[in-house]
Amino acid sequence: MTESTSLSLSARSHLPIPFNSSSEPLELIAQGAESLLYKTTFLSPSQPAALKIRPVKKWRHPTLDKRLTRARILAEARVLVKLSGEGIAAGGGGRKVKDPKKGDVGAGGMRGLVPGVLGLDWEGGWLVTEWIEGGTVKEAIYRVSRARTRVGGGVGSDGDEGVEELRGLLRKMGEVVGKLHACGVVHGDLTTSNMMLRPFATASHESSKPDGHGETSPHPSVTASALNESQSTTTPHQSLDGDLILIDFGLATQSVSDEDRAVDLYVLERAFGSTHPREEELFACVLDAYAHGEGSGMDGKAGKTVIRKLEDVRMRGRKKSMLG
Amino acid sequence: METIVLPHLPDHHLQVCLFVKVHNAQFLRQQLLDGNVDFEYAFLDAAVLFSRQHVLAACFRAINDMLQDRLKSNNVHSEIVFSLSPNNNISESFRRFGVSETTTEILAIKVGNDQMQVEEHLRRHVEGQVVPFTNETLTGIRNEARIQKAYRVEISSDQADAFIIGSMALKGS
Repeated sequence: MTESTSLSLSARSHLPIPFNSSSEPLELIAQGAESLLYKTTFLSPSQPAALKIRPVKKWRHPTLDKRLTRARILAEARVLVKLSGEGIAAGGGGRKVKDPKKGDVGAGGMRGLVPGVLGLDWEGGWLVTEWIEGGTVKEAIYRVSRARTRVGGGVGSDGDEGVEELRGLLRKMGEVVGKLHACGVVHGDLTTSNMMLRPFATASHESSKPDGHGETSPHPSVTASALNESQSTTTPHQSLDGDLILIDFGLATQSVSDEDRAVDLYVLERAFGSTHPREEELFACVLDAYAHGEGSGMDGKAGKTVIRKLEDVRMRGRKKSMLG
Repeated sequence: METIVLPHLPDHHLQVCLFVKVHNAQFLRQQLLDGNVDFEYAFLDAAVLFSRQHVLAACFRAINDMLQDRLKSNNVHSEIVFSLSPNNNISESFRRFGVSETTTEILAIKVGNDQMQVEEHLRRHVEGQVVPFTNETLTGIRNEARIQKAYRVEISSDQADAFIIGSMALKGS
């Protein structure tokens, strides 16, 4: 049921130059409130890429619209480039990797965990990034969740391997968010739809289906460079192995404040609980890995402070504590 | 000699040729400085090119800027050289990425035109040996220190190209 229809040439006329006259494959993946996401090729016919277009909003004042679009595209691109330079670029990213022999732990490993920017036109309102192979973390958790139901085991029953796999995935999540925060970036829209699970396997396989429309950007993708060792022969669809890649930095900001980081975690906590109610109790793994995980970057005092702030943040909002 | 068609820019073919052991870099440079109309090429110092993608990204940017009437330099070919730089200093970009008198590896790019004519002209005027334009060849030619200096990035890391290409994309913002 995958709709892989490429846009016809006539349907492309409203796209920005140069995409309005191109005959390359161009597949609409998602339509969010702010932008359209297409799968296409870039720089070479064999290089799949994600094209994010922020269309003109006619109901806004044109000058304001231009400024806003420009600012948002640039902010997103800047964050992505900053993260791809993490650990190797001068300036903020000049922080040395803790132990080069052990490989990148802590914040330095972040650069492989976001899509790289391939092309950008802030006046034209578009951004092209690498296409990430695999499915969303949301889909992955759904799969495991359904399998758990079929097996019929309750929580704690033996053979509930799904739980261990999930815990591993959630720990990964906590560590990745920790690395992100340690880089001085706050994602702004942390949900399991904004995380991809990129398989380690180098063998090509069919990409999983898009998560449906209406989401801001589920992000199927293409074989990125396999930096990791080849994994087992388990079908990628079953395994929860792989790199956890963050996508959609359209709401990201560069911040080191505990408040912003705590809110980032809170958004994830609430989104997770509402999308994956059966797994809600496992969310503690995420926070645990964030504050104590070896690969986190926020392990130590910084992470502890953010978790404490998170407790404050939880008390706010509708029907929450009215003390003080 | 290779004709590269960038996706989404079907009307702007790239005629690309990589030369090593070039003897007459000074002559080629002089043609550019004189504005000789027969020599409208982007001549890049191949020692500072990280990968094919690196070059293609610069070409895309230059052609896109031309189509949008946003050239900062004289023409699309000089713009390709300029696009390689992460900052807005045009002369510096020529010093860093263009050919100097001592350059021995040159990547020649021409936008548009037909391959035969370009190939014939280049082979006649560039005194050097043609090699395939591949990442393997570029890795062999690469001067890490110069790339490191230009982009302020440790390129021994395998993920440097994402940062390099990203920096080029952000230039001028």
